[in-house]
Amino acid sequence: MTPLSRIRNFSIVAHIDHGKSTLADRLIQLTGTVAERDMKDQLLDAMDIERERGITIKANTVRIDYPAKDGNTYVLNLIDTPGHVDFAYEVARSMQAVEGSLLVVDATQGVEAQTLANVYTAIDADHEIVPVLNKVDLPASDPDRVREQIEDVIGIDASEACLISAKTGVGIPDVLEAIVNKLPPPDEGDADKPLKAMLVDSKYDQYLGVIVIVRVIDGTLKKGDRIRMMKTGGTYDVDDVGVYRPAMTAVESLGPGEIGYLNASIKQVRDTRVGDTITHEKKPCETALPGFKPSVPVVFCGLFPVDANDFEDMRDAIEKLALNDASFTYEMETSAALGFGFRCGFLGLLHLEVIRDRLEREYGIELITTAPSVIYHLYTKDGERRDLHNPADMPDMTTVGHIEEPRIKATIMVPDEYLGDVLKLCQERRGLQMDLTYVGGRAMAVYDLPLNEVVFDFYDRLKSVTKGYASFDYEMIGYREDNLVKMSILVNDEPVDALAMMVHRDRAEMRGRAMCEKLKELIPRHMFKIPIQAAIGAKVIARETLSAMRKDVTAKCYGGDASRKKKLLEKQKAGKKKMRQFGKVEIPQEAFISALKMDS
Amino acid sequence: MSEDWREGGFALYVHWPFCEAKCPYCDFNSHVVANVDQDRWARALAAEIARSAALTPGRVLKSIFFGGGTPSLMKPETVETVLRAARDGWTWANDIEITLEANPRSVEAARFQGFASAGVNRVSLGVQALNDADLRRLGRLHSAAEAQVAFDTARDTFDRVSFDLIYARQNQTLADWETELRSALALAVDHMSLYQLTIEPGTAFGARHAAGGLRGLPDEDLAADMYELTQALCEAAGYPAYEVSNHARPGAESRHNLVYWHYGDYVGVGPGAHGRVTIDGRKHATEDWTAPGKWLEAAEAGSGHRSVAELDGPTQAGEYMLMGLRVCEGVDIDRLERMAPGGIAQEKLAALQDIGVLWKESTRFGVTARGRMVLNAVVTELLPDQD
Repeated sequence: MTPLSRIRNFSIVAHIDHGKSTLADRLIQLTGTVAERDMKDQLLDAMDIERERGITIKANTVRIDYPAKDGNTYVLNLIDTPGHVDFAYEVARSMQAVEGSLLVVDATQGVEAQTLANVYTAIDADHEIVPVLNKVDLPASDPDRVREQIEDVIGIDASEACLISAKTGVGIPDVLEAIVNKLPPPDEGDADKPLKAMLVDSKYDQYLGVIVIVRVIDGTLKKGDRIRMMKTGGTYDVDDVGVYRPAMTAVESLGPGEIGYLNASIKQVRDTRVGDTITHEKKPCETALPGFKPSVPVVFCGLFPVDANDFEDMRDAIEKLALNDASFTYEMETSAALGFGFRCGFLGLLHLEVIRDRLEREYGIELITTAPSVIYHLYTKDGERRDLHNPADMPDMTTVGHIEEPRIKATIMVPDEYLGDVLKLCQERRGLQMDLTYVGGRAMAVYDLPLNEVVFDFYDRLKSVTKGYASFDYEMIGYREDNLVKMSILVNDEPVDALAMMVHRDRAEMRGRAMCEKLKELIPRHMFKIPIQAAIGAKVIARETLSAMRKDVTAKCYGGDASRKKKLLEKQKAGKKKMRQFGKVEIPQEAFISALKMDS
Repeated sequence: MSEDWREGGFALYVHWPFCEAKCPYCDFNSHVVANVDQDRWARALAAEIARSAALTPGRVLKSIFFGGGTPSLMKPETVETVLRAARDGWTWANDIEITLEANPRSVEAARFQGFASAGVNRVSLGVQALNDADLRRLGRLHSAAEAQVAFDTARDTFDRVSFDLIYARQNQTLADWETELRSALALAVDHMSLYQLTIEPGTAFGARHAAGGLRGLPDEDLAADMYELTQALCEAAGYPAYEVSNHARPGAESRHNLVYWHYGDYVGVGPGAHGRVTIDGRKHATEDWTAPGKWLEAAEAGSGHRSVAELDGPTQAGEYMLMGLRVCEGVDIDRLERMAPGGIAQEKLAALQDIGVLWKESTRFGVTARGRMVLNAVVTELLPDQD
């Protein structure tokens, strides 16, 4: 067991692309933790999606032995936390497991909204913070300006910030020394007390079952122990304890202040809730760690297999994914338009995309995704509340007293020249300005926005109006009443359930018109004309007509063409299978999502 | 029960694959070759005919069609050799139709008399357009004036003369086409084929179009307007459409093409020729080697067929609908039912009737005037689902 004074536990806070993973790679490399020949980029990001998108979804940890200039060898435990707002709770828990953070800021870019959210989480967790300015080798870097910005915006001393280039390795030794000298060792823990360890994260390994990342507070965790999860109540026999270097390496035991993994033949990730407290079954600790909360999905959408025959495979795939992700919820849904599928709940949009990508990629199932929606609170005239997850389930308005929708506090950081467009976008999305400040050529706009207006394409629009220079972060701030209605879309006089949506009454006409116009482009001409309408209740608020196909005939067809032309038509027919039959109309699958995208 | 092909009759198609130049819109099997040993080709075609005749004894031949390529480049003696083989192979109907496709040029017109002596009684002239600028753009080697002369020669030589025009060309307006079609109707003898220009993959036009060239082609609406105008003018002039693109005075319809559209049997000889031949009660599809050299060697070695495949009932039913719905009288429900019992999707027929693209009587169904314009969509609906 390592004495507490020789342990430093830390995380790295950074915006996407500011160099978090590269810095982690360098720290691992420089300390010889991984043999040179085993080095690969983004060592800690295990999933393909993590590597590809440059994001971290699951927390990872690595133990580094560092012989410091003071002559002592220190154990450095890095927890690489997810950085995205969707995983804010997981980030907060990971932060609780360490005592300090490196704040990595791209010296060519400066502080971004996402950095802010995460650094505040670190401050909330009482972290000591070491600022690190990355990419100082680039001509565009401006360390002085960024240092000033860190002090102004975040309010921490940046005068002794490390200047590094994670890419070339410049300044990395300084970072290692700063970790040892500026970050505190773990708080007093007692190896003789009953075991108290935090469940930091867990993941499923197809050979070993569920692997749990733990931070020991008090007591000692070793192989053969019988442990209990204090919140979920499960008890398990520990098969193995160890640390990541970054390969799994078994150790005798994990003591106070240490971070490592345990393997206890746990079958489902669902049984291991982030933030839970792990203790011994026989001699438990008295109180669990504070701050545990089960994750709650906030964004919902329908997922349907493109090929109805894939439904059973999809069910298997979803069940498997859910075993590995407790925050993802699902229930079977039947849509008149799309057949059998699932209504799924996610922590946010990134989470949604990740799950959808994994279903498509790892399980090979092509999916139709319906418009993301949020949970509305419907109040009956008697004041009774009902949660609405799916606009298609909206009851008759006469029974509804009022509707409340979830709101968020959005923080957007953007260079001055794009501010006007950003404010306009927030305005269009029914945003209420809460704050607007300028720091060194950048503006920080804080808006109170309906989550409903953000879940779909807000981030895409923001990126496009700011040419990618804006950063965006949000947190939920509660529910508020507004004038919301269900807008249905009728194609050939039949409502298409998968296209129904909740909208603000004042924006209904505009959205309805946009939807009808889009659908008119997306649905191919049929042999008959097709009215496309948007309606609130029985009242049509927008209408387009897709005119009938006028000409589709092969001019010449003689003896030699019988088989060739027939094959051609059969191929066309097979292509049409990718469309969804709705009444007499065939709607291409991409219409269900594209129709909702707003161009302005 | 009599074999199904009798409903459509029996015909012979002879493919002559050679051209002097390849037209940029043409996706037929055609090749530009300097010297063709016509005697050798004549022997090979005759041998192929004899072999097919041996497999189809006792048939009465309704029609022979020389297509291409450019069959008017054949020597009259070559045509004669082929016809003699057909005469030896089958009994000919008294009113047998023997058609030859011809370019409307003076060179070929000089051979018309020879073709007639060999037995040809109908020509189909590839006039394509009535103005020189468009003829050049279509890659044709003749001028409008030359075509007129050839046309007059043909009228004097043959009982029956048809000609082809291609419309919905680049930058052609509705008014342009009306003028041209009126002139064409003034020329017409008894039959016309009026095709809308189709850009086919694998042609020069196809490549240009794919590369973003060939602008000014009509959009769906203009093409539809042109088609409707064509129907109206031809009808008024006494040349109603009996098929999607074919117009004739009543009784002067091409018997050969009706064998295809009535889904009869036809023997196909020559490079790339297709056939539908019922042998021992089972319908087969034949397809010949496409490359002229390869075909010639194969034919001399014993068979020009690259493949012979038996067609199952549902495939026959699909082909019958594809062909049969092109003509006014539509298809016979009992016949379809015999080919593929239970294969007609009644609910689809009803839905198509509902939207006004299909008519149905007790024994037949067919497409309406509006349905004919979207025939591909109609047939696609009616073809059985593939799994």
